[in-house]
Parts: sequence; structure tokens; C-alpha cells
Amino acid sequence: MTQHAPLANSFRAQPDENGHFGQFGGRYVAETLMPLVLDLDRHYRAAMADPKFHEEFDWLMKHYVGRPSPLYYAERLTETLRESAPEGKGAQVWFKRDELNHTGAHKINNCIGQILLAKRMGKTRIIAETGAGQHGVATATVAARFGLPCVIYMGARDIERQQPNVFRMKLLGAEVVAVQSGARTLKDAMNEALRDWVANVHDTFYIIGTAAGPHPYPELVREFQSVIGREAREQIQELAGRLPDLLIAAIGGGSNAIGLFHPFLDDPDVAMLGIEAAGHGIESGEHAASLAGGTPGILHGNKTFLLQDEDGQIAEAHSISAGLDYPGIGPEHSWLKDIGRVQYESVTDKEALEGFQLLCRTEGIIPALEPSHAIAAVARKAREMDRDQIIIANLCGRGDKDIFTVAEALGVDI
Amino acid sequence: MNDRLSTRFAKCRAEGRAALITFVTAGDPTPGDTAAILDALVAGGADIIELGMPFTDPMADGQAIQLANLRSLGAGTKTADILAIATAFRQRHPETPLILMGYANPMVRRGGEWFATAARNAGVDGVICVDIPPEEDGELGPALRNAGLHLVRLATPTTDDARLPTVLNGASGFLYYVSVAGITGKQQAQQASIENAVGKLKAATDIPIAVGFGIRTPEQAAAIGRVADGVVVGSAIIDIVGTHGNQSAAYVTDYVASLRAALTVKEPVT
Repeated sequence: MTQHAPLANSFRAQPDENGHFGQFGGRYVAETLMPLVLDLDRHYRAAMADPKFHEEFDWLMKHYVGRPSPLYYAERLTETLRESAPEGKGAQVWFKRDELNHTGAHKINNCIGQILLAKRMGKTRIIAETGAGQHGVATATVAARFGLPCVIYMGARDIERQQPNVFRMKLLGAEVVAVQSGARTLKDAMNEALRDWVANVHDTFYIIGTAAGPHPYPELVREFQSVIGREAREQIQELAGRLPDLLIAAIGGGSNAIGLFHPFLDDPDVAMLGIEAAGHGIESGEHAASLAGGTPGILHGNKTFLLQDEDGQIAEAHSISAGLDYPGIGPEHSWLKDIGRVQYESVTDKEALEGFQLLCRTEGIIPALEPSHAIAAVARKAREMDRDQIIIANLCGRGDKDIFTVAEALGVDI
Repeated sequence: MNDRLSTRFAKCRAEGRAALITFVTAGDPTPGDTAAILDALVAGGADIIELGMPFTDPMADGQAIQLANLRSLGAGTKTADILAIATAFRQRHPETPLILMGYANPMVRRGGEWFATAARNAGVDGVICVDIPPEEDGELGPALRNAGLHLVRLATPTTDDARLPTVLNGASGFLYYVSVAGITGKQQAQQASIENAVGKLKAATDIPIAVGFGIRTPEQAAAIGRVADGVVVGSAIIDIVGTHGNQSAAYVTDYVASLRAALTVKEPVT
């Protein structure tokens, strides 16, 4: 079949050679971009087969990003949840501490991988889209580290609500372009980045921030983020002597979740839960839960679940977390939902804020609003599970960037 | 397969000129205004009409067409309105080929079969889908061919010799050469590079070659018309609609007539 068709009966064998995860994924781009996307695929396969590429990636992960990130047993959170759990219930909660990475989130893992690809391809200019600014900061960081000029597209509305990250990107030498089209958020920033790319294909590499977009992006972003799950799998076996019972991660595009989940997909006793942002509630219509409230469609180069109307016009997403505020989701998650290997639930803005405060007070860790959704789900699930069971949740970002949003939501003037 | 397209290209060839292909966005500024604008295109001498299906996320379009999409969607244009506009156009203009052009998601929302059947029933002759490359042909191509509609493929400056056969496999009606690696409405490519590209395409296929992106003036249209079988003009017409709104028809007719006159002076093929 293909050069990378591995084991039969594996959940880790996707996508096929055309980038399809079941009916999802693919390469839905303008003809101008097709030759470039095919070229990227060739370079990606060559890099994966090249020990030198892995050596350089691993070196940067260790000495620049600060990996491996710890796997941390959250004892006080576990005990706190047990207090309100039925007798004998209250699973052990562990966190994969990717918020301790350089730049404060998991985004840097992917950016290191992609800029190494850009170098191999001889590209001399970097572009990216960003919502909350975390991916923009991570991209600006690696562009500075490798001495390449960098343009970040960011919705004008997101620029207003994420000023600290805008300033960080500028300090790092990036040009931040305010996108005025559409709703002026992440989706529109991605449109504008694609317009830049199509006009500058000869010298420009587009560092997509999540496991979405045309093939091979969903696959290569997953590959670079899978360092999270590979580490966690080793660490939990070393620390607890066994595999976890449940993995939990928040999902916008879904890169931190697929990075944690993928190395465990073929472990039949490990359950997985992806958490979408329910905003004001699924029934309110103001949410970012593409799986719970969307239908399959085609946007930004891939087929996946989308928030859309009956004519295929894309709807605006809503979440208190700018990083989850996107009306689509990575195609592999659409497939994993379809086949039932991963369960998906959602958490509202309000529940995420409770999760945020719970972690601050029980563990002394200020999480980003994105993983605060996962923490709310941890609180929900741990109380239903036995005390000897193990949950690993991905703490994919730190909350410094969100303190203004949280203060406003809690009615505090700072 | 219906052959309004091939009939029209043959007619233009017999007249010794390139076909004039004009683009407008359906429902811009409102669904009710589009019929008059389409009539204005025909009155000005357009040979083939591309009717743009508005989309919330037009990734390959520049500012002019982005704004047209927003105006149209803001006015509440639905897929049903676009099909009704096409149906009515076909009744008024039985001979003028009509192509639906747009992005994949609105086309496949109810399934490729549904869209192909609805488009055929509306009297549409072909479809151009920006973001379904040959690799994803199964999404729409088979359904269109079964319904007797042309699937117009796009070639670009990045389509090299090795890839061209992939693009041509399944292409029909005409081949749309996007002359600029970029978005709609920006600068035009160098005439020499267009001539070179069209020469290569003509050597590789018998279907007509139309050239678009960045063509605004009668002089540009005439120059490209000397080498290509069709000349596509879009953003410049959209700009007129953007400026004059529901009073656009007369301006559109004048502008299109100026393009058509420039094409008509081409010396007959001997």
C-alpha cells in the first residue's frame, strides 16, 4: 500500500498516503499550493528517515525547550477531589507539565520541528497564524533562534485581548499583522496566512500551529507533539509501574491532545478523553465544540468537523480561551471520534474558570485557560473512578497570559 | 455532456478572437441585484459567465472579492438564491455558458451528487472549485461528470511539467491558467511569462486555455487574447459593483464592452 503502512489493526497507522484519516483530512488547497504541499511531504519523509534530523530535534528539545517536561502527581488536587467523591472513589491525578516548556506551552515542540524542516527546504521566510498568541510567540521564538524573518497573522480582535503576547512577538523580532477580515479572530488569521503563502511560495514556510491544515501538516504536527505522549508513557511506567487508565486533554485544533494520545492509541486499556470548549453552553450556540456541535466539511485544507450552517458557511466560534476559539478541529480527532477510540466531551467557560481556580489553590500552579478545560474534566472524571486508577491530564500551557481575561471574568479590576 | 462551452469557444475562434470570460459574485450587493448585473455582462459582450458562490472564508481571494463575499452573505444570500439566479439566467440567455465558481465547502455541504444535480437543473454548464485539487477529485468530479457538467481545472505558475498531466486528467470545458502565484485582484504577470506558459499548456492539451488573475485593462486583455483562447476578468468588475452597488449595470456594460472591443480587433486566424 504505502511506504508508511505499518501494522494491521493499529490505530496509529493513519493517515494514508494522501493524508486521509478515514473520510477526514486530505489536501483541499488551491492548485498554486499543491506542488508546495507535495514538496513538503517529500522533505518531511526524508527528514523522518534522517538520524541527523532527529538528533538536532532532540538536542533542541533538551537544551532549548527544557524537555523532558515532568510528569507530576497532583497529590493535593487528588485529595481535594476525594473529599467530595463517593466512598472509595477519586482517581490519582497526574499532570504532564508542558507549561514548563520554554515559551510556556506545548506549541514550541511543533515550531522546533517545523523550522528544522524549513531549513532543510531552503526556505528563508517564516509565516504563521495565531489566536491567543501562544503559537505566534513560539514561532517568533524559533524564527529568532534561527535568524529568519517572521510575519505573524493575528485577528485584530485577538490583538486587542492579547496585548502582552503581541508585545512579546515584537520583542522577538516578528512583524505582527492585524487581520481585519471576517470576525477578526483565528480563522481569519489563518485565511490571511494562506493568502500570504500562496503569493510567496518560492521562499516562505508556513508554520501551522495545530494538527490541522492540508496533508502532511496534521501528521507532522502530531509527530512533533508526540514527544509529549512518548515521555508520559515512559514516565508513568517508571513512577507508577503501569500505564494510566485515562488521558485527558483540551482541544482547539487538537495538537496537544493528539501529542499526548497518539503513543497510547494501541494500548487497549488506556481510555482517552478530549475536551472541547463549550463556551456559553452547546445549546446556546456560542461555543467552539466542532465535534459536539458541528458536521463534516472542508476548510483550511482539510475535511473535518466544522461549525457551519446548512449552506456550508462557517460559523463563528466562541470560547473564553482564545486558543480554543476556532470552528474546526484536527482531522485525526474527527476520525478517532468516528471510530470511537477516543471519547469527546465539552466544558463551558464557567467550568473552565472553576478548574483554573481549583488548580491555583490546590497545587500552586496557574494554568492557561486552554488546559483549565481539561482540569474541569479531571474534576468530573476523577470522582467517578476508583482510587487506584490513574488519570494523566496535559497541562499544555501556563496562565500568565490569561490573568487579565480571568480577572475580568471574575469581576476583578486589576 | 452539454456543449454550450465548446460551441462558444468555437464561435470565438471562428471570429478570430479570444472568448471574454467575466466573473461576478452571486448576491452582491443583494440577491435581487445579480440578474441585472448578469444581463449587463451579456449586453457588454461577455461570452462566458462565472458566477461566484460567496463563502465566509475565501482564502484565495484578494480584498475586492473578499468584500463582495461579505456583502453578499451580509445580504443573506443562500445556496438556494444562487441556484435560482442561475435558473432565471438560463431562461433569459439560453446560449451563454454559465459556470459556478467558488470554494469546496458550500458545494459539498449537501453532498457532491446533490450539488451536481441542482447545478445541472439550474442550467449551469460547469464548475470551478478553488480548493479541490485533482488529488481530491472524488469529492465532486465524478458527480459533476455524471450530471454532464464540466469540471474546469486550474493550472498555475507552480504547476510544473511533471504535474501538468495530473491536472489535465479529468479537466474539461477549458483550462483556467492562473497567471500569478497569489490571490485574485493583484498585479498581473509579465506578458512573456504568460505566453510561455500558455504555449506549454497548448502543447499538452486540446481543451481551450483561458488566462486570468490581475487582468484589468482592455490593453492587457488584448495582449493575452492574442495567445490564449479566453481572457478572464473578475476583480475589476467586482470593484465596479462595490462602488456602484445596485446602480452598477450600466457601468458594467460599458466596461465589459471596452474589453470585448479590445479582443475583437484581433486579426483573424489565417
